[in-house]
Amino acid sequence: MIARILAMVMRYLFIYKRSYIRIAELVFFPLMDLLVWGFVTLYLEQVTQSKAVLFMLGGIILWDIFFRAQQAVGMSVLQEMWVGNTLNLFVSPLRSYELIISTAIVGFIRALITISGLGACAYLLYAFNILELGFALVPLFGLLLFFGWTVGLFTAALILRYGEAAESLAWIVPFLIQPFVAVFYPVSALPPLLQVFAQVFPCTHIFEGMRSVLHDGGIPWGSLVSAFLLTLVWISLTGTYLARTLTHVRRKGYLTTAARG
Amino acid sequence: MTVVTVTNVVKRFGETIAVRGISFSAERGEILGLLGPNGAGKTTTMHMMLGLTSHDEGSVRILDLEMPKDRYQILQRVNFASAYVSLPANLTIDESLYVYGKLYNVKDPKRRAKEVLEELEVDLPGSALVGTLSAGQKTRLNLCKALLNKPAVLFLDEPTASLDPDIAIKVRAILKKLQKNHGTTIIYTSHYMQEVEELCDRTIFLARGSIVATGTPAEIRERSKLKNLEEVFVTIARDGELRDSAEKDDR
Repeated sequence: MIARILAMVMRYLFIYKRSYIRIAELVFFPLMDLLVWGFVTLYLEQVTQSKAVLFMLGGIILWDIFFRAQQAVGMSVLQEMWVGNTLNLFVSPLRSYELIISTAIVGFIRALITISGLGACAYLLYAFNILELGFALVPLFGLLLFFGWTVGLFTAALILRYGEAAESLAWIVPFLIQPFVAVFYPVSALPPLLQVFAQVFPCTHIFEGMRSVLHDGGIPWGSLVSAFLLTLVWISLTGTYLARTLTHVRRKGYLTTAARG
Repeated sequence: MTVVTVTNVVKRFGETIAVRGISFSAERGEILGLLGPNGAGKTTTMHMMLGLTSHDEGSVRILDLEMPKDRYQILQRVNFASAYVSLPANLTIDESLYVYGKLYNVKDPKRRAKEVLEELEVDLPGSALVGTLSAGQKTRLNLCKALLNKPAVLFLDEPTASLDPDIAIKVRAILKKLQKNHGTTIIYTSHYMQEVEELCDRTIFLARGSIVATGTPAEIRERSKLKNLEEVFVTIARDGELRDSAEKDDR
């Protein structure tokens, strides 16, 4: 099992060995976000004397952990379709959970590269130290990874079910929830109905927790526990949906049409 | 020894019945041709044997194991190559064979990759990207992947479709060698009837999801009183069936 998981991790990492563009892409877009929104917020901070810049920079960096984890898992199926390799994988002894674990490991590595790069830039440009989050950074990072993997699995299931037609979903899904999960502003900024809706996403509690740490330094146990429990619910639901999707695509013969399509 | 047994297998896609209760078996070391016009159900049948598509009725047993219940045990001991499927275009030859070697639990994947590359005369640098290879080279590389785990059963979907005649002859020789030296069972689809006559011990002709003829190429030729399998194929493609010579005489 471990040999097959490592083989798939290497399959995805081999690509980075030759492509500086792919490596740069891990940091480029988040860095652009960090520059634009960082300076905008810096200006607002001068005007309003608030902690907005801290919250904004923390939000940008943590959001990218979620995004990278989601992309690594969600895009893996699509990548295999693009290079015509889906069929070979599905007739190999590679089990579905082994493929998922390998993409999750790649997601972890990608997130680690992004957070390191952004963390360093934020420190140099804005004197913002992500390590100020202290011990809370560990559960925040872990929970975001898990929820990112979960949303990635949901995206992968959609791509398996609907084929390359669902390609754009791999990019869109994270941004569908972004406005509601308190990444850059607190839940209290949302209209009352959306505040209730926001509570169902683990992300909301993670970003609220981040703001709480940056505000008073205490570990927001309540937010962390809520995020953890919600992540378990989301993983169960997504796992069930993925299992059903695999049965469905095997019944319909979609695995083979996706590979040739 | 029977290694593949397909019994009364039915596959429906909505209203369409792709495979209509077919049964057949393959022995150890046999090369079995699964033939028929486009839409006959041969690729669907092969995909059901590989667990890519589930069957609605009947049973598929490979190496005394049940598909799909024992899918991963079966997939460990079989392999597949097709002219229409490629290895990852963004990996090099060495990388892709190494990854697949590991996936199939091959002991020393680098050494085994070297062996199969030599066997199939893939004389290319291991650092060449799969995406830069010609169609024929990709097909041969896919065959290399299919031989990595020394499969007991090898499923080949039109493996010589994009090969030049010289390489196609070499591939056929390799398949014969595999059959002779390792007792590999090969289940094979192809539209090149000359190749089928040369290679297959036995053939099964499918049309509209049913088996319409089965036997050695010589038996089928004799029964149908047709000159070669090419004519058999054309007759089946046009009529959807193959009447044997006795029936023809009656008519």
